[in-house]
Amino acid sequence: TLSTVASPSYPIRATLFPGDGIGPEIAESVKQVFNAAEVPIEWEEHHVGDTVDPKTESLLTWESLESVRKNGVGLKGPMATPIGKGHRSLNLTLRKELGLYANVRPCYSLPGYKTRYDDVDLVTIRENTEGEYSGLEHQVVRGVVESLKIITRQASLRVAEYAFHYARSNGRKRVSAIHKANIMRKTDGLFLKCCREVAEKYPDITYEEVIIDNCCMMLVKNPTLFDVLVMPNLYGDIISDLCAGLIGGLGLTPSCNIGEGGIALAEAVHGSAPDIAGKNLANPTALLLSSVMMLRHLQLNDKADRIQNAILSTIAEGKYRTVDLGGKSSTSDFTKALCNHL
Amino acid sequence: TYMPRPGDGSPRAVTLIPGDGIGPLVTGAVQQVMEAMHAPVYFETYEVHGDMTTVPQEVIDSIRRNKVCLKGGLATPVGGGVSSLNVQLRKELDLYASLVNCFNLPGLPTRHENVDIVVVRENTEGEYSGLEHEVVPGVVESLKVMTKFCSERIAKYAFEYAYLNNRKKVTAVHKANIMKLADGLFLESCREVSTKYPGIKYNEIIVDNCCMQLVSKPEQFDVMVTPNLYGNLVANTAAGIAGGTGVMPGGNVGQDHAIFEQGASAGNVGNEKIVQQKKANPVALLLSSAMMLRHLQFPSFADRLETSVKRVIAEGKCMTKDLGGNSTTQEVVDEVIAKLD
Ligand SMILES: Nc1ncnc2c1ncn2[C@@H]1O[C@H](COP(=O)(O)OP(=O)(O)OP(=O)(O)O)[C@@H](O)[C@H]1O
Ligand SMILES: Nc1ncnc2c1ncn2[C@@H]1O[C@H](COP(=O)(O)OP(=O)(O)OP(=O)(O)O)[C@@H](O)[C@H]1O
Ligand SMILES: [Mg+2]
Ligand SMILES: [Mg+2]
Repeated sequence: TLSTVASPSYPIRATLFPGDGIGPEIAESVKQVFNAAEVPIEWEEHHVGDTVDPKTESLLTWESLESVRKNGVGLKGPMATPIGKGHRSLNLTLRKELGLYANVRPCYSLPGYKTRYDDVDLVTIRENTEGEYSGLEHQVVRGVVESLKIITRQASLRVAEYAFHYARSNGRKRVSAIHKANIMRKTDGLFLKCCREVAEKYPDITYEEVIIDNCCMMLVKNPTLFDVLVMPNLYGDIISDLCAGLIGGLGLTPSCNIGEGGIALAEAVHGSAPDIAGKNLANPTALLLSSVMMLRHLQLNDKADRIQNAILSTIAEGKYRTVDLGGKSSTSDFTKALCNHL
Repeated sequence: TYMPRPGDGSPRAVTLIPGDGIGPLVTGAVQQVMEAMHAPVYFETYEVHGDMTTVPQEVIDSIRRNKVCLKGGLATPVGGGVSSLNVQLRKELDLYASLVNCFNLPGLPTRHENVDIVVVRENTEGEYSGLEHEVVPGVVESLKVMTKFCSERIAKYAFEYAYLNNRKKVTAVHKANIMKLADGLFLESCREVSTKYPGIKYNEIIVDNCCMQLVSKPEQFDVMVTPNLYGNLVANTAAGIAGGTGVMPGGNVGQDHAIFEQGASAGNVGNEKIVQQKKANPVALLLSSAMMLRHLQFPSFADRLETSVKRVIAEGKCMTKDLGGNSTTQEVVDEVIAKLD
């Protein structure tokens, strides 16, 4: 596994944010699996601080961000942000500072793990930098607050471009733009306009537009109607969680953030799950599948396949499942079983 | 027994807007059933379509006079120059609460059981403020406006609804981890109101987690109170899991007026094929009109209508395509009329 002529940069350095809550436990699981699978990656571990770095206005330090910029690739666990007030959201800081403009969230039914929905196989692609998450809010007068949703042509075009590019390079047939342009005519209208423009360049991919309330309804009635979905920030947040619910919950769904200049920061969709943190109960699957997305981004497809297959077969076998999937296994037992399936 | 005041049986005028797409089919269904029951209502019908720039003044006047309106869906052009007439009506008449009831109907198999959720949604501000502009070319802004006044009154309505209907729990849906001020204000209002209802449990859930929970453990929810947009999504999701938007009733209500319509309308209004085949599902609007009869204090008519609709569903012989059958709207109507007490 040491350097060869074809890949002079082995071992590859990647940034790892274990994160908060269950983060360290599931990150440990990834490290063990990567060791067992002999993945040629050297982690550069960064932790969230407890004081605000003035350069980032956040608990994330400038050095941490630099690490991702330099390595171009990383994996992050969940980071908790207090509700209501306090410092800037850590996830938001990362997305903005690193220009992580697209968040790719594949969601497919796991073989052997039965839920109310079969044959789910879709990918949501979420605009990650603007929209309702602009962070621009103010009190106009007492008792009246405004929150700005910003949609730009530039951000809409690049996320649409990524969605179509993703569809084509992953053999997918259809892209659905999700919106509420009947109400937010200008903002979501601009988003749609950009999607249409990009769609013209991809005649091999079918393009359609679906109003978000209708999308929610269709997803819970028949999720197989969808293939690739692209949408503004908030809708992506909501729809991807809904999709996670279809296949068995947040413990299973991976994601990868794509940034300017090819940066990729993979992360689980779920939060820090404070209710089960530190109890060796968390399901590491979501973070593991995220790390698989990271490996694919690095073209380490053999390793990616090996780990993914081991995850799927461990879950399908059913002997070792974590509590969220109705099993009794601890995080570490599941991880051990998985390593044996490699 | 219900002891009426003298004169309570005199017929009431109701403004009727058949609307677009499947609207005329399903409002027609309601008219037929009302007639068959000899219900003490008569309709004042007005043509309104989603592509009009404004709701005609005479329609507004009629609703102001009658206080109650029944309405089919309106097809709002997407991204075009027309603003949603639904939103105009809600704002003009200050119908600040939207209510959708999503529940499993006996006889209608769905993936989820024990669903009985009422979504109470703020209907006049938030993301639907209509305040949008282009800052510079390629950059547009939309204002989400949240006020203490509107947040408080919707919270009050939700708790009052729960109290009057013997519901046990109210869940506030938000995204205050991101929209700290706007959704924070909403939550603050809900918390304050909740303290006045010690008999009702109160909790909070982030909207994305809420949608996930809805598709996995919907039985945990009872009454939900939400800002405008989230309510639209939550209601349509809940409708989808409980049997589809074709069967869930709802309406919009304010201090003085109420408009009853299909509770969750996604996917129905614009479906041309259903219109041509005349196979729209009238159940949602029939159940909404039962809500309307109750609102008008005709409880026994409401019960009769609801009972008959539920019988038809329970029997399962006469259902439209969205429920796995192949009946036309008219066949369902005839069956509902036949099964009236
Ligand atoms: N990897 C996991 N394994 C098992 N259960 C999980 C996992 N991730 C999330 N959950 C469960 O899903 C629910 C939602 O948790 P999540 O962490 O996403 O949101 P949260 O508690 O609001 O955290 P945060 O504030 O960080 O977003 C919790 O009940 C949690 O226990
Ligand atoms: N022209 C259309 N084509 C297809 N579907 C439509 C059309 N217009 C409306 N719909 C569907 O009907 C839904 C409800 O439309 P309606 O006009 O009743 O409400 P709205 O103005 O969108 O507000 P909300 O749905 O948030 O209550 C829409 O969100 C959409 O799913
Ligand atoms: Mg989320
Ligand atoms: Mg509507």
